[in-house]
Amino acid sequence: MIFAVLSGFVLALLAPTLYRLSARWSGAVFSVFPAILAFYFLSHMEAVAGGAAYRVTYPWMPAMGLELSFNLDGLGLLFALAITVVGTLIITYAGSYLHGHPSLPRFYLFILMFMASMLGVVLSDNLIALFIFWELTSITSYFLIGFEHDKDTARAAALQALLVTGGGGLALMAGVLLMGQIGGTFEISALAADNAALQGHRLYPLVLALVLAGAFTKSAQVPFHFWLPSAMEAPTPVSAYLHSATMVKAGVYLLARLSPVLGGSDIWLYVVTGFGAATMLASAYQALYQTDLKKILAYSTVSVLGTLTMLIGLGDKLAIKAAMVFLMAHVLYKAALFLVAGSIDHETGTRDIRHLGGLRKTMPIICAGAGVGALSMAGLPPFFGFVGKEALYEAVTHGNLPVTVVAVLTSMLLFAVAWLAGIRPFSGAETHTPKHPHDPPWTMWLGPVFLGCLSVLFGFVPVLPESLLSAAASSVLGKEVHMHLALWHGFNALLVLSLVTFGLGALVYWQLETIKRVTEFALPAVRRGPSHWYALWLRFLNWSAVGQTRVLQNGYLRLYLATIMTVTAVLAWYTFLTYGDVAVVAMDWGDIGVHEWVVGLVALVGAIATVRAQTFLRAVMALGVVGYSVALIFVLYGAPDLAMTQFLIETLSLILFVFVFYYMPPFKRFSSRVVIARHAVIGTAVGAFFTLLVLVATSVQWHPTISTYFSENSYLMGQGRNIVNVILVDFRGFDTLGEITVLAVAGIGVYSLIRLRLGKGRGS
Amino acid sequence: MEALLAIVIGVLYASGVYMLMRRSIVKLIIGLALLAHGASLLVFTAAGLTRAVPPVIPYGEKAVTAVADPLPQALILTAIVISFGVQAFAMVLAYRAYQTVGTDDLDDMKATDT
Repeated sequence: MIFAVLSGFVLALLAPTLYRLSARWSGAVFSVFPAILAFYFLSHMEAVAGGAAYRVTYPWMPAMGLELSFNLDGLGLLFALAITVVGTLIITYAGSYLHGHPSLPRFYLFILMFMASMLGVVLSDNLIALFIFWELTSITSYFLIGFEHDKDTARAAALQALLVTGGGGLALMAGVLLMGQIGGTFEISALAADNAALQGHRLYPLVLALVLAGAFTKSAQVPFHFWLPSAMEAPTPVSAYLHSATMVKAGVYLLARLSPVLGGSDIWLYVVTGFGAATMLASAYQALYQTDLKKILAYSTVSVLGTLTMLIGLGDKLAIKAAMVFLMAHVLYKAALFLVAGSIDHETGTRDIRHLGGLRKTMPIICAGAGVGALSMAGLPPFFGFVGKEALYEAVTHGNLPVTVVAVLTSMLLFAVAWLAGIRPFSGAETHTPKHPHDPPWTMWLGPVFLGCLSVLFGFVPVLPESLLSAAASSVLGKEVHMHLALWHGFNALLVLSLVTFGLGALVYWQLETIKRVTEFALPAVRRGPSHWYALWLRFLNWSAVGQTRVLQNGYLRLYLATIMTVTAVLAWYTFLTYGDVAVVAMDWGDIGVHEWVVGLVALVGAIATVRAQTFLRAVMALGVVGYSVALIFVLYGAPDLAMTQFLIETLSLILFVFVFYYMPPFKRFSSRVVIARHAVIGTAVGAFFTLLVLVATSVQWHPTISTYFSENSYLMGQGRNIVNVILVDFRGFDTLGEITVLAVAGIGVYSLIRLRLGKGRGS
Repeated sequence: MEALLAIVIGVLYASGVYMLMRRSIVKLIIGLALLAHGASLLVFTAAGLTRAVPPVIPYGEKAVTAVADPLPQALILTAIVISFGVQAFAMVLAYRAYQTVGTDDLDDMKATDT
């Protein structure tokens, strides 16, 4: 199974190369891969439906308790099939939809990578692995939304999606880590087996809030829903795949997957159900006001995500069953409708429903696919959407009155929205469109027609998906359940409720303009609100980043240095005064000979004179005095090699100083007295600390010296009597090689700077 | 002697750090030189001082004890040469910058355009 997940990444990397070999049929060629995966997952169907979970584990970082474990149970299988089957159709479709697009190879790269990441999300049993795949879907989604990256709006939408889902991802990461800490493992199955420990912990509300923040941002729940309609900037295959069928369902998946771990509590019930219900109603309402075909579908997708969230929040047997059925129905009809919208856009040149009409004559095949999708979405029999809506009604009527009202109202609105998106462009009189429409090639109608057929088939024979959906519901509930789906339940209260919904929905569609006018007052609150906060938040972030950069990255070297030195001095002094042993510091003035006093004081005076010098030459001379004094100190204390080198180098650098800077103007006084005093204080603090450091270092010896090794082996191993030389060229030969290299680089740098002639007219 | 050298090192560091924070780029390079001297002496002194016995093995002997510590000397030798390389490069760079920008004031060198 690890191969099934990770091979997608390999293929993604090879995609641009493979594309060159098969540019014309690239869509069909690449779609073979998800098709193979789909058959692979189908082959496990029987075992999974029988209650067996297929689990494989690979050690990843065993030292940290991390494993790459994949678990194929009912829920995972349902999602994996949705990902691979829809993926096959989408890639086939995209090959024609984006035919000739210069960035098509890049598209395949990202979409295959996304598919592999998404499979990783739904199959991982390890929370850390799940989180990594989760973030990969956010990143690939960013690239795919911004696919037309020369468009401003596409870039803004991509960034918005990334910031919202990425922000949620950070919260999720914190939640995951907390869960791992509390539960002692990152394996979801192990956490679910012992959920009492987690739910009884005092941090449980925090964990829940963090995980829900991740799930709600990903699945576009109110108030984070605004990014999904913006993401419609992406090419239509991307919208159909990521932002309808799969990625946005990752949040719902996570809720379902973690409901055995975190679910069942009162907060879970109220928060998840509440947010879900608010989302489903608010976005179904907003969908009415859209005129862009894709935006209509996007808002209705958000509404369905809200419905699924609400059902998972309710969490009882009926609700979970309903969630699974509704989810499958949605995948089938919504992906089809998106592909239809893409085809309409592709063929007519517009997606504005006000300019579309009568397309049934020019695009009959697309019309058929759209019709089935829309009727299924409206929840009409005999399509699978009807089965889904019946299951929803059954669950909410066993729940409570408020959710029932919300569910009926939402279904009513979605009925009208379905008509708006799937029927209206094809009915009525033909309109004038930018392009003259006709049915697209088979690659572009295959998707809607195939999914439409499934909607009809599953609607008439709901026994077919029963075992898969039962297995999915079982893995969410943690116990075996069986569902019995049927198109006809007899004449009962649910059917009455459905009929009422259809009636009201038709009424809404018929009186759409009036209803829009009457309810317009609520629009600003739900539409402008959250995205306005997002804009404000973004502006605040930019503003604070600019301000912070201006303060910290101010471009003044001396301020950086002053900051670094001050912090160092304060920390060092603080540490010493708090933890240091002042007693070890002994100042012994008795053993200093007269000549030593002279050398030491000359060095001191030289250093001070360097600082105080008013002209460049005086400073260099004083610096020379310091250098020669240092050389003399080396002479006095048994380091003739050092002394020789120091004399030579000091002479050389004095000459260089004079050569280079002879023509520089006298020093100017740039700084005020206050600044000079401040720098003097900082310098003194640093210098005093180093004095202290030397005194401490000379009075303690924590470890035996390693120098005796060199003294003893210099002649025996290195065949040299000058130990310092042997160390340099033998024991530490590579260090010397490095040193020579640095010198060579500096030499090349000096030479090229001297030879450098800047272009005329630039240096003025 | 450690006490006196400790003070010399402290003064070298203090003046080096102070010079690094000047606005004149020439002073900055002089600061680098002062810091380099301070660092050499720091390593030299911290390892312990021994008067007048260089770490050289006399003829006829295979090893020697009770000499000045050779290891810090090797390190300092490297440090002296490297700091010379750095200073030489910094000097030429500063000089070319002065030629181009017409000033040795670091505050006037903040812009990327000349």
